[in-house]
Amino acid sequence: MKEIPEYEKDLASIRLMMERSVKFVSLSGLSGVLAGIYALVGATLAYWLMYYPKPPFGFEFNDAPQSVTIFYLIVLAGTVLAASLLTGYALSLQKAKKLSVSIWSKASQQLLIDLAIPLVAGGLLIIILMWRGYFGIVAPASLIFYGLALAHASRNTYKEVQYLGFFEIALGLLCALLPGYGLLFWAIGFGVLHIVYGILMHYRYDQ
Amino acid sequence: MKNPFDNLDKSLEHRVRLQIMSVLVTNDSYDFNSLKELMGVTDGNLATHMKALEKEKYISVTKTFTDRKPNTKYKATERGRTSFRKHLEAMEEILKQQKK
Repeated sequence: MKEIPEYEKDLASIRLMMERSVKFVSLSGLSGVLAGIYALVGATLAYWLMYYPKPPFGFEFNDAPQSVTIFYLIVLAGTVLAASLLTGYALSLQKAKKLSVSIWSKASQQLLIDLAIPLVAGGLLIIILMWRGYFGIVAPASLIFYGLALAHASRNTYKEVQYLGFFEIALGLLCALLPGYGLLFWAIGFGVLHIVYGILMHYRYDQ
Repeated sequence: MKNPFDNLDKSLEHRVRLQIMSVLVTNDSYDFNSLKELMGVTDGNLATHMKALEKEKYISVTKTFTDRKPNTKYKATERGRTSFRKHLEAMEEILKQQKK
């Protein structure tokens, strides 16, 4: 028979194992903030390419040939995405070291699979529709599919990721209702929301 | 009232075994190396407790080979799940009585 405090320790260790075995806890709040900043910088550059000196909405691009502008926009979006992923990976690695857990665990593998399903499906759909000339779909669809991916994957990480997903989906639907405001919604969804979420997570879990 | 200490499962008393069972009841299956890494225990220590749980028929084992490396997967059996739940309930009962 054990002493009473031992049973309390047993229960605490059970809770920890249950959580650690399914949850990826190395996600860093700071990487959310940085991803948000990259997105805002990207959106500002996109504004220069698309609208400057006009206000940042509507369908009238500036005088540059459209296909060139679109090519630059794709490169820009790709750069923002790659920078965010690299930052996220580097900071997760750091946090995993601090928590002395492995970054490549069953939980993180499941998280990546769950994220990838909606993202790959949505990404391919967006590429196909762009190819067919439906550029208006890019902003709302990317927000909605990103939101679905987050909501779907949240069971393997912090609960707050699910709420971020819901906000992204709502924003995407609103964006679909207001054609021409895509860049603004995109800046809010990928920029502002990430920064707010990142700050919140930093104070909750990174201290 | 019955003494809740009587409801404790002797084969689940050890903390490593409790941790193994808690991982296996929350996940469909888990392999040896992931379990070892997650719990931060040595090969020998984990293997001993796994053997004991297997003997009690609380877990089932499937051995496969990926790239000729053995990959051992563990699952909690229905018997294991029930025993684990009962053991947890007994622990909770003990703590509850203690607080009164």
